[in-house]
Amino acid sequence: MTDARQGHFLTRPATIRRLWWIFSAVLAATVLGQLVIYVKGYFTVDGWFGFGAVFGFLSCLLMVLFAKALGVLLKRPRDYYQQQERNDDA
Amino acid sequence: MPEWMSPALIMLAAALAIGPARGHLRTALVLGAPLLTLWAVWQVPDGVQDTLRFMSYQIEPVEGSPLRRLFATIFALMAFVGGLFAFRLARWHELAAAYAYAAGAIGVSFAGDLITLFLYWELMALFSTVVVWCGGTAASRAAGIRYAILHLLGGVMLKVGIEGIVVSTGSIQITPMLAQDFNSAMVLCGILINAAAPPLSAWLADAYPESSPTGSVFLSAFTTKTAVLALILLFPGEPLLVGVGLFMVMYGIIYALLENDIRRILAYSIVNQVGFMVCAVGIGTQLALNGAAAHAFAHIIYKALLFMSAGVVIYRTGRNKCTELGGLFQTMPLTTVCCIVGALSISSFPLTSGFTTKSLISQAAAYEGMATVYLLLTAASAGVFLHAGIKFPWFVFFQRDSGLRPKDAPWNMALAMLIFAALCILLGVYPQWLYALLPYPMEYQAYSAGKVLFYLQLLLFSGLAFFLLLPLMKRTDTLSLDVDWLWRRALPAALGWLGRRADALQGPAGRLLQWLRGVFTHLAVHYLGQPHTADSEERGLFARSWPIGTTALWIAILLSAYVLVYYL
Repeated sequence: MTDARQGHFLTRPATIRRLWWIFSAVLAATVLGQLVIYVKGYFTVDGWFGFGAVFGFLSCLLMVLFAKALGVLLKRPRDYYQQQERNDDA
Repeated sequence: MPEWMSPALIMLAAALAIGPARGHLRTALVLGAPLLTLWAVWQVPDGVQDTLRFMSYQIEPVEGSPLRRLFATIFALMAFVGGLFAFRLARWHELAAAYAYAAGAIGVSFAGDLITLFLYWELMALFSTVVVWCGGTAASRAAGIRYAILHLLGGVMLKVGIEGIVVSTGSIQITPMLAQDFNSAMVLCGILINAAAPPLSAWLADAYPESSPTGSVFLSAFTTKTAVLALILLFPGEPLLVGVGLFMVMYGIIYALLENDIRRILAYSIVNQVGFMVCAVGIGTQLALNGAAAHAFAHIIYKALLFMSAGVVIYRTGRNKCTELGGLFQTMPLTTVCCIVGALSISSFPLTSGFTTKSLISQAAAYEGMATVYLLLTAASAGVFLHAGIKFPWFVFFQRDSGLRPKDAPWNMALAMLIFAALCILLGVYPQWLYALLPYPMEYQAYSAGKVLFYLQLLLFSGLAFFLLLPLMKRTDTLSLDVDWLWRRALPAALGWLGRRADALQGPAGRLLQWLRGVFTHLAVHYLGQPHTADSEERGLFARSWPIGTTALWIAILLSAYVLVYYL
């Protein structure tokens, strides 16, 4: 399965391109599937066509952007707390 | 088995015997005791089994109910699979501590009164600290001290609350209540500290990842889920818990997204998952409580599975950061597959245990007409797939090729992972097995075509968001500040400032500051310990290796004081 020149088949660009096509087809199928399968909405909006897809995508987008913004405030170097101890020792 | 004997005592006896036992006898103990406990758990009938008199109180060491058996079952099963995972790698004292810790969790499950509950609760605090310390590094020692202080604080709050309840009602019975007065609020706070609820969530992600690769598997299971059981028993329908749970759900996702350490990602995701359960307890209907219990059961399995896969990676590579890992799927196929099964389960993918249990909670919110709660839980489900479902396996096993070619898991670790991976799928395909064990009878269809389609849309488009936003999620070798900054950075800085001011000032103000500095330094050095102290030097009180004796002494002193106050 592993080829010395091309690496593992899962890491080859051709495979990755193919996986993206398959993934896109599955994504489309889950949305179009709602044409034939009834999705029960408990609060009206969640029964709308493609609600799960849009809601899932937008929620993740918001969470990533929020985490990114929060990271600016909260991220510190990995040895942040050890630095304090070193300063105390010095 | 005598009626007064809790199945926890089997685990406790095993914990005591693990040290002296050698070779195959130790292996037999490690693997046999949890199975014997599991058998004993299922011998406990419903209701209070026996009462003992302690001072003027009716102690009920064993009370059976479907809910209690369910939690004790998963705790015993967890101890067995954790023992199987750990027994060839972990040192004997880590195994012994982990088994005593499991005994505490099983003891809490069957505790019929508040005093028994408190004793087993503290047993857990004590031995989970020892498990953290078994990480064996300076960082694990320091994290263990911080962990112990917070859990002892939680224990004190619980004790104050219990004593208040005993004084005001004269009863030590475990009965549902609402946090409407000081006593019940203290009990709730004590339990919520163990559940890693805000504002004190930081201990979990601080301590668990510093333990050994095997220790974190045990730690992931018991403390937070025992807190969930205590909440179900004591505070079902407490409205505050809905908000607390939702905060935990979002906190876990955001912090996990910022994290680089693979076990810290999983630790934050425990807070996230426990948030679902806490929220369910707050909703409080029979369906919601069933959901909390079922989700705790399923969560222990898939979270332990994820911690096992992380443990194998750390054991084989010695690395624990996303930035240093990648491409491991090539030589660790079994660990990769087991990790993916765990990741799909935690993301509640159809045909996994997460789907059949988490959907009970969402459904309960929907039936109660709680639109905001329902939509936030749904958004959180998408977020779980983002931070744990894809991010964790992606950065560890795929992404770029790190060039590492470690061997796959040793046979015992592989077997432990396979057992839990199989359970994740079995409970996803045959949820009725788990539903039959839940505390309340229910008519619930886990699968319908519409529901599956909705979740597939939600999760797969979260996956799309992950891959499209990958450039934004580039890992950095950083940590994220949390509330523990207050005592890890602000307090020492304030003491330092106080010291410099005291040296500079003359007169009464200077003397007062010097006195204050003396008091604080004494407290900090004597009680918090100095994590960076060399081994040969004198350590702080909690850093010395005498926690069992000290705690026993303190319990004796507290009980004596209690008796004295009672008779005065």
